[in-house]
Amino acid sequence: MFGIYLKRELGRRKKAALVIALGLALGIALVITVNSVSAGMTQAQDKVLQSLYGLGTDMTVTKARTAPTANSSGGPRFEFDAKGEDDDDTQQSSDRVSTQGGQALKAALVTQVADQKGVAAAVGALTLNVTKVDGSFTQGKAQSSSGTSGNGGQGGPGGSSGGSTAAPQVQGGGASFDVNSYSVAGVDVTNQDLGPLASSKISSGVTFTSAQANAKVAVVSKSYAKENSYKVGSTLTISSTKYKIIGIATPDSSDSTTDVYLPLKQAQTLADAADQVTTIYVKATDSKQIDTVKATITKNISGTTVTTSADLAETVSGSLSTASNLATSVGKWLSIAVLVAAFLVAALLTSSAVSRRVREFGTLKALGWPSRRVTRQVVGESMVNGLLGGALGIGLGLAAAYTVTAISPKLTAELGNTGGGGGGGMGGGPGGGGPGQQSASNTMEIALSAPVSVTTIALAVGLAVAGGLIAGAMGGWRASRMRPADALRSVS
Amino acid sequence: MYNLTGVTKRYTRGKETVEALRGIDLTIAEGDQLVIQGPTGGGKSTLLQMIGGLDRPTEGSVELDGVDLARISEAKLTRLRAEKIGIIFQSFNLIPTLTAQENVETALVPLGVKPAERRERAAEALRSVGLGERLTHAPAELSGGQQQRVAIARALVKKPKVLLADEPTGNLDEGMRDEIMEVLEGLWHEYGLTFIMVTHDSSIARRAPRLATIKAGQLTLTEQAVARSW
Repeated sequence: MFGIYLKRELGRRKKAALVIALGLALGIALVITVNSVSAGMTQAQDKVLQSLYGLGTDMTVTKARTAPTANSSGGPRFEFDAKGEDDDDTQQSSDRVSTQGGQALKAALVTQVADQKGVAAAVGALTLNVTKVDGSFTQGKAQSSSGTSGNGGQGGPGGSSGGSTAAPQVQGGGASFDVNSYSVAGVDVTNQDLGPLASSKISSGVTFTSAQANAKVAVVSKSYAKENSYKVGSTLTISSTKYKIIGIATPDSSDSTTDVYLPLKQAQTLADAADQVTTIYVKATDSKQIDTVKATITKNISGTTVTTSADLAETVSGSLSTASNLATSVGKWLSIAVLVAAFLVAALLTSSAVSRRVREFGTLKALGWPSRRVTRQVVGESMVNGLLGGALGIGLGLAAAYTVTAISPKLTAELGNTGGGGGGGMGGGPGGGGPGQQSASNTMEIALSAPVSVTTIALAVGLAVAGGLIAGAMGGWRASRMRPADALRSVS
Repeated sequence: MYNLTGVTKRYTRGKETVEALRGIDLTIAEGDQLVIQGPTGGGKSTLLQMIGGLDRPTEGSVELDGVDLARISEAKLTRLRAEKIGIIFQSFNLIPTLTAQENVETALVPLGVKPAERRERAAEALRSVGLGERLTHAPAELSGGQQQRVAIARALVKKPKVLLADEPTGNLDEGMRDEIMEVLEGLWHEYGLTFIMVTHDSSIARRAPRLATIKAGQLTLTEQAVARSW
């Protein structure tokens, strides 16, 4: 009788049932959307941090920044040699290798950091910026006023050399150079689970073996390999040193900025930075104790800056940050407000429906139906309304989340400098060489997705049940208070 | 069977107190037929509520087979209504979404009767009031007289000891009224029920063996010599 009665009553009040269900559906759909978008934001933020940090890294240790000295040179310097006076066209190429941030730590500190309490593993890495200048000079022809020709000064735009009033004029000549920058990371080949390569997968070839600690081998990123037509087995030349490419690495995040990976010792040799690292990647024994470990390292190892993922997260700004804040604040409160409104509407409509059924419930009580049976009938009807609303809401929410994922709106994440001297942890891209450039923030573009978790669905079902129960409780309470005499009174 | 002693019922509406029943004393024997008549607002429906255990008196006692309906718990009173008292309403009070058969079944639900038996007994009750062909009809598909027959079947399907009727012909035309009264009389005889009916209809009241007239909450009982009730 319960099922038949319930089905018939819901059928009779289709419109009211639909209004209640739609109200709940709207609230639940909003909760699912906000939750999934929030999860997408978190994923996007994690992606940003992961691309900078590498998987499994809890914090990085870099050298504390120092102000540039007065006599320190600000930018890279290139030196080219003239190869012969008779050459009209002179090819020149030079690589400028510098440690990122220009400030490095002693490699011995890696062991010191690893020995700190709460540190599970510490791995040093050296991040370098290589600026390659490649091109040619064309010598100009000097012509004197008397018509005799002579060699002009070495070209270059406006390459007329100073001289006396009778100096010959230079005609022709010039220079054409390409300047390319890329980043190189020196990797500790004995522990690749932590460090720059940890956030990449070898998609072709192999990675370094521990025997290749000082071998002239390289792993290049997929994008860099494609750009320069490198394959496994190709040769890469940096500062006249040839490296054999043994693997192609595909980063987990497209935002990874490292182009070339070398064994740490090779990178140190290239940068003339023996026994130096720019970043120490640290993994804590307990992820809940990261702040404590940070404090320990900061206290015990002076002259270093420890940056945790939380520190990095604080520096994330841009539309990702704005959207994330919107999702967590406005979205959360909006969905709560809509849910409360939906619950209230459901409760009021149910209560009002019960009021209109005074004679019906009074009759049932007069026939000997206990109050609990009448209440159960009302709660049952509300629960079905709630579950219907839940199903609709889940459908709507999934559709909204799917739409967000399909559209994949692009969000930008600007990662400001934490003041910690940059280095690998902060992972500046190519061109982040000079100390002065470390303060510049990194901008990344992340496609937003809205993943719907099982927890979110469970939450939606819970809310639907709660909505049905709240409405049913209110209606049931009214129904239980009705007296059987109301069956007679309503018509007298 | 029934023994009402000093039954008083007061309602409070705001600051005003209305005394609907004033110290009613009444005895009804098993198998009796009693008609309650009186002007609107005189207290006849209130008295029927007291007798049917639908409400409790402010003062006095309403004993049914020695059990004071004014004192027993709500659960016991509900159970007693479910088992012993059948009620017929003026407006039929059928559940509009349920079929005739399902409406009759509602009276058996609180008794815990199994669905199959419930269906069978409900169909039998409907056949006994001449609605064997209308089992699956919704109330809206039935005439007023047929709806009241369904209500009668619902009241009698549980084989109650007492049948209460509150203006059972109030919403019916004259022809239908006589038809319903004949059905009720036949069932009263057949089941040996105690039958208590509230009515405005003087022609019905005149033919009742016992007539209780209630005015301003006070009751006057008249024994009438009638060859047949209806």
